[in-house]
Amino acid sequence: MAEIAVSPAPEVRDASELALIQRQNRRDNLGRMWFKFSRNPLSIVGLIMVVIIVLLAIFAPFVTPFPDHVKPFTDFVNAKSPPGGEYILGTDQFGRDIFSRIIFGFRFSLMMAIVVLTLVVPVGVTLGMVAGYFQGTIIDTIIMRITDIFLSVPPLILALAIASVLRPNLTNSMIAVSLMWWPWYARLVYGLSSALRTEYFVSSAETIGARTRHILFREILPNMVSPIFTKMSLDVGWVIIIGSMLSFLGLGVQEPQPGLGTMVAKGSDYLPTGQWWISIFPALAIVVVVLGFNLLGDGIRDLFSAEEV
Amino acid sequence: MTQETPLLDIRDLSVHFHVYGGVLKVLDRINFHVLPGERVGLVGETGCGKTTTMKTILRVLPSPPANIPGGEIFFQERDVLKMSQRELVHMRGQGISMIFQDPTAALNPVFSIGQQLTAVIRYASPENRNLNKNQLRERALQALRQVALADPERLLDSYPVQLSGGMRQRVCIGMALATQPGLLIADEPGTALDVTIQDQVLRLLQNLVEQRGNSFILITHTLGIVRQMTDRVYVMYAGNMVEVAPTRRLFTNPLHPYTQGLMDAVPRLTGGGISEGIPGRIPDYMDPPSGCRFSSRCPHAMPVCSREKPPVFRVEGPADESHEVACFLYDDAQKVSNYKAEAVPV
Amino acid sequence: MSDDVILRIDNLRKHFIVGRKGIIKREPITVKAVDGVSFDLQRGETFGIVGESGSGKSTIAYITMGMYLPTSGTISFNGRDLFERGDRRPLDLRKEIQIVFQDPGSSLNPRRTIRQILDLPLSIDQPEKDRLTEIIRLLEMVDQPPEFMHKYPRQLSGGERQIVAIARALATNPSLMILDEPTSALDVSVQGKVINLLIRLQRELNLTYLFITHDLSVMRNLATRVAIMYLGRVAEVAEAEHFFESPQHPYTQMLLSSIPVLTEAEEALRPAQIRSTGEIPSPVDLPSGCSFHTRCPQVMDHCRHVDPLMVPIDVTDSDHIVRCHLFDQPNGQVQS
Repeated sequence: MAEIAVSPAPEVRDASELALIQRQNRRDNLGRMWFKFSRNPLSIVGLIMVVIIVLLAIFAPFVTPFPDHVKPFTDFVNAKSPPGGEYILGTDQFGRDIFSRIIFGFRFSLMMAIVVLTLVVPVGVTLGMVAGYFQGTIIDTIIMRITDIFLSVPPLILALAIASVLRPNLTNSMIAVSLMWWPWYARLVYGLSSALRTEYFVSSAETIGARTRHILFREILPNMVSPIFTKMSLDVGWVIIIGSMLSFLGLGVQEPQPGLGTMVAKGSDYLPTGQWWISIFPALAIVVVVLGFNLLGDGIRDLFSAEEV
Repeated sequence: MTQETPLLDIRDLSVHFHVYGGVLKVLDRINFHVLPGERVGLVGETGCGKTTTMKTILRVLPSPPANIPGGEIFFQERDVLKMSQRELVHMRGQGISMIFQDPTAALNPVFSIGQQLTAVIRYASPENRNLNKNQLRERALQALRQVALADPERLLDSYPVQLSGGMRQRVCIGMALATQPGLLIADEPGTALDVTIQDQVLRLLQNLVEQRGNSFILITHTLGIVRQMTDRVYVMYAGNMVEVAPTRRLFTNPLHPYTQGLMDAVPRLTGGGISEGIPGRIPDYMDPPSGCRFSSRCPHAMPVCSREKPPVFRVEGPADESHEVACFLYDDAQKVSNYKAEAVPV
Repeated sequence: MSDDVILRIDNLRKHFIVGRKGIIKREPITVKAVDGVSFDLQRGETFGIVGESGSGKSTIAYITMGMYLPTSGTISFNGRDLFERGDRRPLDLRKEIQIVFQDPGSSLNPRRTIRQILDLPLSIDQPEKDRLTEIIRLLEMVDQPPEFMHKYPRQLSGGERQIVAIARALATNPSLMILDEPTSALDVSVQGKVINLLIRLQRELNLTYLFITHDLSVMRNLATRVAIMYLGRVAEVAEAEHFFESPQHPYTQMLLSSIPVLTEAEEALRPAQIRSTGEIPSPVDLPSGCSFHTRCPQVMDHCRHVDPLMVPIDVTDSDHIVRCHLFDQPNGQVQS
C-alpha cells in the first residue's frame, strides 16, 4: 500500500499490471464458471451431446456413409429396408440411408437455431432495453404495445401465416420463427432494464451527464448478459422444435433436403404399414438434439447463477 | 461458573465449506454454551460465522458445500449432529424457535397471519394436533396479545403486506414463542427496522424473555443491543470465539484486542470523534493465518501470535465472574483449553 | 455563524403520485415525501439530516442532485437556481454537486473496473490522454494504490467500495457533496476509516457536506448542525452540540432515547422520561395537525388540528428552531 510514491511512469506500469491482473481475473472467472457448470453431471451430458451433434453436422459429408442420399436420389431396390446391416437406421421409401439424412438434418436444425437467434437477440434486446430504460414514457408505450401485439397472436399460427404467405422453404420459415420470437427477448430485457435503471450506478452516471448511449450499452447491457445468454441457450432447443414443426407441416425444409421434421412427416405415411423406422428415427433425433441443448442450457443457467462458490 | 447442565452446548465445532478452489475453514473449533434461562449474546461483524453457527445448530446448512469435520452440539443433552430427521423436526418444532432479521421474508405473503400462526401452533406438538378450530384460534389470539398487538381479531385475518415492518416482527416474535420453545434464537431482530420501532420491538422481546425465563441467544453486530439485552456475551472473529464474559464485565473491561478495537470503533453519542477502526480486513477463510486469526490486524501482535493458535485463558474477575479470552497477552492466566498443533481433518 | 450560504433550500415540496382512487374522478393518491422544507448550508460545514424511513431525507438529496424535479419551492446553489432550466442542469452545476450513495454494492457497476468507473465523470469534459493520471491522483487522494483501478467492485471489501464511490464523487472537483447514509451498510470496524477519510477530504478540499443518516451516534461525531425530519418535515434544527445536549422536540427526544449505547456517559445523554411508542404513520395518509401527534407523549388538543410553525426555542438562540406547539410564543402567533 505504501508504494504510491514510486509510480514514475503510470502508462508503462499500467500496461503490464493491467495485462497481469486481467489475465488472473479471467482465469479465475473461467475456473469458477466451470466449477458451477460441472457440479451438475447432466450439464456435462448435455455438453457432450451438443458437441457431438455439432461436430457431426459440420463434418457430415465425411462421417456419413451415403452423403449422396441427401440429393435427388432413388434406389427402389433397397427402399424401406429395416435397420441393421449396411444401413444402420434403415432406408426410407426412396431407398435413402436414414442415418446419413439425419446427420445432414442436424445441419438444418442448427442453422435454423443460429440464424433465428442472431436475428432475434439484437433486435429484441435493444428494443426491450430502450423501452425499459424509458419506462413510463411514450417510447416505452410504443415499443411494448407493438411487442404485445406480436405476443397476442398464438405463435404457431403467426409462423404458419407468415410461412404460408411466403414461399415455403427454409429461409422463409426462419423469417417466420424470428418474427414470433423477438418479443420474448424484448419482454425479458424490458423487465431487467427497468429494474437496472433504478440502480445507483445508473443514477450516478445520469447525474454526471453521461450520454444515454453510454448508459444503455456500457452500464445496463453488461449486467443483462447472463440472463440473455441463459435464455438463448434454452431457446436453441425450442427453435429447433418449432422449425421441425414447420417442416413437418410442409412449410420448412423441402424434399429432397433432409429436414428432420420433413422426414418425420413423410415417414409417418409408412407407420401403419410397419416401416416405423422411417419416421421414428428422425423423431428420436429431434428429441436428442432438443434434450442435449436443454441440458446444456440448464448448465449455462447454473453457470450464470448469482450463487457464490 | 455454576455446574448446571447447559441447555445448548457446542464443543470444538468446526464447519468447512467446499467451494471452487478449495475449502473455506469457516468455524474453527468453537465452544459455546447456553445455560437454562440464560440470555447469551453472540457478537461479531459480517462474515465472522455467527449465522453459520446458528444454522449448524439447527442443522439447516446445505451439505455439500458445508461439512462438519469435528465437534459436537448438545441440545438438551442430545447430540444434534447425530439426530435422525424425525428428531430434528421435533427439535426445530418445539425445542428451538428463531426470529430472523427480515420479518418480511420470514412470513409467507400468500397466507393470512391467522393461517400461519395456527399452522405453527398445530405442528408444535402432537397434542396440539387434536385442537379444534376455535381452540387454535384462541391460542393464536393469545400469541398476538402477548406481543402487544392491538386488535388481534382483525390481525388474524390480515396478510403480511397489510402490516408495517414493526408489526410483522411482533408477529414473528409471537409465532416464535407460541410453540413454548426451550431456546429462542434471535438473529439481528431489529436491524431491518427504524430506530424508534427497533427500540419498541427489542424492549418487547426483552420483557417476554424475562417474564418467561426463556433461554435466549441474541445474534447481532450492534454492541449496544447486546449490552441492553443479555447476561453473557461471546465475541466472534473470523470463525473463532475470541472472548466470552458476563455482559457488564465485557463492556467495562474488554480484554481481547479485537473486542477492544470493536468497542473503540463504535461512534459515541458523547462525541469526541470516531476512531480509525481496525486496520486491514478479515482473513481469507481458504487460507487463514496458522496462528491467531486476528494477528495480522492486531496492534499487540507478538511473534508467537502468527505461529500458534492461542489457547483460551480464564481471567478471574471479581465475584467469581468467568472471563475467558483466546489471546497470548493473557498468558499468565489460567489456561482453560489447549489446541493441538495438528489441523482438523478436512 | 457566517453568512456564506452555499445551498439554500426554500419551502421545498415533493409530492409523488403513487396511484389513483375512484373509477370516474380518478383522484390522485399522493405521498408528500417532502412537504415544505427550508434550510441553508453554510460553506464548509457538515449539515446533517436525521430521520427514519418515510421522513423524506433521501428525497431532498435526490432533488438536490437533479434526479427529481421539485413539486414546488426552490433550491439555489451559490445564488443560482438549480432548476432554472428544469431538469436540464448545466454541466458546471452538475460538477459542483456530487453524491455518495448508501449502498456501495449498487452504486458501482459490477461489470466495470474501478478505472472505467472513475473514468466516466472525467470523460465528460477531459481529453482521454489526461484521464489516467487523473484517476491515479484520485486514488491517491483516498489513500489507495494505483493497482486498484484494475479491480472489479466485487474484489473489494464494502469499505473499499465506498472509498471508490467517494473518489468518483471527487472526480469533478465538487464543492458540495451529498452523503446519503455513506456508512450504514458497513461494519463498525471499517466505518471509522471511511468517516475519517471524509473529514480529512473536507478539510483539504474545503468541501461542504450534506450528510444524511439515521445513525445519531455517527451524526454526533461529524455534523456541525443537525436537522431532524419526520414525515417530510423538519422537526428541529440546531447546532450539533445543542441538539444532542438539549434536544427539545418530543420526537428528537424519542429518537435519542431509542438508540442502543455502550457507556454510562452516553446513557446519561438519553432522555429517560420518554420512550418510543406507536407506529410511524403511512405517508399516504398523514395525520392532521402536527404529524407527530399520534405518538407524542406531550400531545395537546390543538396539536391534532393545528400544524405548528418553526420557531426558535427562545429569543436568544435563533439557531435552535423547533416545530412544536410546546414552544409557541405566549402572544399566540399560532397559524394553521
